[in-house]
Amino acid sequence: MKNTSHINPLENEAIYIFREVVAQFENPVLLFSGGKDSITLVRLAQKAFYPAKIPFPLLHIDTGHNFPETIDFRDRLTKELGLELIVRNVQDAIDQGKVKEESGRYSSRNVLQTTTLLEAIEEFKFDACIGGARRDEEKARAKERVFSVRDDFGQWDEKSQRPELFDMLNGQIELGQNVRVFPISNWTELDVWSYIEREQIEIPSIYFAHIRKTFIRDGMIWTNDDAIVFRDEEEVVEERLIRFRTVGDMSCTAAVLSSASDITSVVQEIRDSTISERGARIDDKRSEAAMEKRKQQGYF
Amino acid sequence: MEVLKIATAGSVDDGKSTLIGRLLYDTKSLTSDKIEAIEKTSKQKGYDYLDFSLATDGLVAEREQGITIDVAHIYFSTANKSYIIADTPGHVEYTRNMITGASTSQAAIILIDARKGVIEQTKRHFFINNLLRVKEVVVAINKMDLVDFSEDTYETIKLDFQQLLKERDYQDQRITFIPVSALKGDNIVHNSETMTWYKGETLLEHLEAIDFKDIYNVGTPRFPVQSVIRPKTEDFHDFRGYAGKVYGGELSIGDTVLALPSKIKTKIKSIYFYDQEVETASRRSSVTITLEDEINISRGDMITKTDTPPVVAKQFTAKIAWMDQDPLTVGNKYVIQHGVNKVLAKVDRIHHHIKTDFSGITEGVSQLDLNDIALVSFKLNKPIFYDAFTNHRTNGSFIIIDPQTNTTAGAGFIQ
Repeated sequence: MKNTSHINPLENEAIYIFREVVAQFENPVLLFSGGKDSITLVRLAQKAFYPAKIPFPLLHIDTGHNFPETIDFRDRLTKELGLELIVRNVQDAIDQGKVKEESGRYSSRNVLQTTTLLEAIEEFKFDACIGGARRDEEKARAKERVFSVRDDFGQWDEKSQRPELFDMLNGQIELGQNVRVFPISNWTELDVWSYIEREQIEIPSIYFAHIRKTFIRDGMIWTNDDAIVFRDEEEVVEERLIRFRTVGDMSCTAAVLSSASDITSVVQEIRDSTISERGARIDDKRSEAAMEKRKQQGYF
Repeated sequence: MEVLKIATAGSVDDGKSTLIGRLLYDTKSLTSDKIEAIEKTSKQKGYDYLDFSLATDGLVAEREQGITIDVAHIYFSTANKSYIIADTPGHVEYTRNMITGASTSQAAIILIDARKGVIEQTKRHFFINNLLRVKEVVVAINKMDLVDFSEDTYETIKLDFQQLLKERDYQDQRITFIPVSALKGDNIVHNSETMTWYKGETLLEHLEAIDFKDIYNVGTPRFPVQSVIRPKTEDFHDFRGYAGKVYGGELSIGDTVLALPSKIKTKIKSIYFYDQEVETASRRSSVTITLEDEINISRGDMITKTDTPPVVAKQFTAKIAWMDQDPLTVGNKYVIQHGVNKVLAKVDRIHHHIKTDFSGITEGVSQLDLNDIALVSFKLNKPIFYDAFTNHRTNGSFIIIDPQTNTTAGAGFIQ
């Protein structure tokens, strides 16, 4: 294993941020997707409050398009750690006619999550939502604060963000506002993977190489699932040895060809790789400003 | 290995984003899809070179105006170090972002356009980095390709800049001059083939050689208590731990410590990092400590060693950098957040403005407007436990929160 001591200051910073959230807010929640970043957050939260339990619940916005492996993992992890898990379903918002399902080749429920998330924040009166976004993921995220204030509509005003000086975090907000908190803002993808390896953190099996029925579109590898992922008839399904670098919905997460079957070979693969993580996220390819637009609307 | 945080500063067209883009490109830190995106956009705009600034200018508004308007963070690493660059804007109305970037950095790159030389903005950038006691400053004299790579031009600018050094407050700051062309790649990662007269390090060589031991000012340990951990489980029935981050030095088991504000002396009984008990909590580590005696300590209190206690006072004087549209005036009330401790404060007196071009002070001022820096005295409703900023970068600094808007309206550096 490579020297990972540069992660120590990042780990100390993340623990500090977790403790500030709990001290400064009444009702925080950790947004849990079942992906490696939110799993890392859970470990950091354990470290921040040991020997006490993690003093806030986990919230999962379930699109109904998740990989079943992710859902199994989520349920097992929360049970093992004795954490409170709240699940809210995008399907409910669709059934109630609050949002309209997309159709066509590139349809996904990624954008629809926002409505369900904002409703859950209102339902439980969460004043701080902790998320695993990192500044290295995407250009618009590079400007996020650690404490990022959202208005009543969950919107992000990137032009009037509070300055963040030293490591002092200003969590003062008005009633109705909430704060998005990003404890691993300063981590890179490789930092997260190296940390998972070092700490021996368990992650869902889809991050490791496995054989899956897939098809190719626009040079990317899509999961074949007739119920969830739209596919043209001429798009041929084949079994491929793949893994996922990022875990979103089946309908918007592309796989990479890989034989990396354990954490050490995954870390090595990331280290050698030349495609950034979000390159495998179909939702960002829509337009250059895709991420920023979604964020302004309240997307995580 | 640690992470080196670097603040970059420059005026609108100094080519900061291009420099960072070049650094990323030449260290092979840009991924193929990012290079692809840069190539695509450069071509659309009709450029005959790669526009590296597109690697960092993230927000739509910025791309429209072609300028950087906020602090962006960029990450790269070499075999030797991990780097975080806080790319901060240089134009007048956004000085607050520059201060923000410098506040978490141990190094700074100040860009000068070789055609323009040392201008007002250069002085301001340097002033702020000096005020915030950023240890390492690289003065990158950029666009050397546009002045025929002239050594005379470089030397003239260097000499001009050196005039400022006499005036600076923080004399231990290290200054390094490097002539570069970010666009062509000279002296960023690779040595310039044209400027053979320059015998110094390239920018990356210089950054790689910075020793972490040199850039932190080691002071006395301060442990501001973030929260009290009381698990109340069977295994940890009587556990009462104080969670926080250690600043400025180390704390070890057995150290005699002073709890503030109670001034009760006790000893450190144990130190936890997660489920590991450790002998010593190193500087900047987030730990949980327990004490020999049961004393009443809550968030905002401070644990320190007994031999070098901080100042405990209900008033202080500080240099203030004002970051808000609404002015600060005498009599105004604010919340001061000093580390994790919050107190109410009233502006007692504005002594003078401090000019950011090193030309001295302006007396007889009645308010602070956006971007002003001034010496101000405050009165507090409760004592805080502080050090002078010159001795302790963490325990000598604070932020000012406007209780009406909740925004962070200013930053302060205690005298």
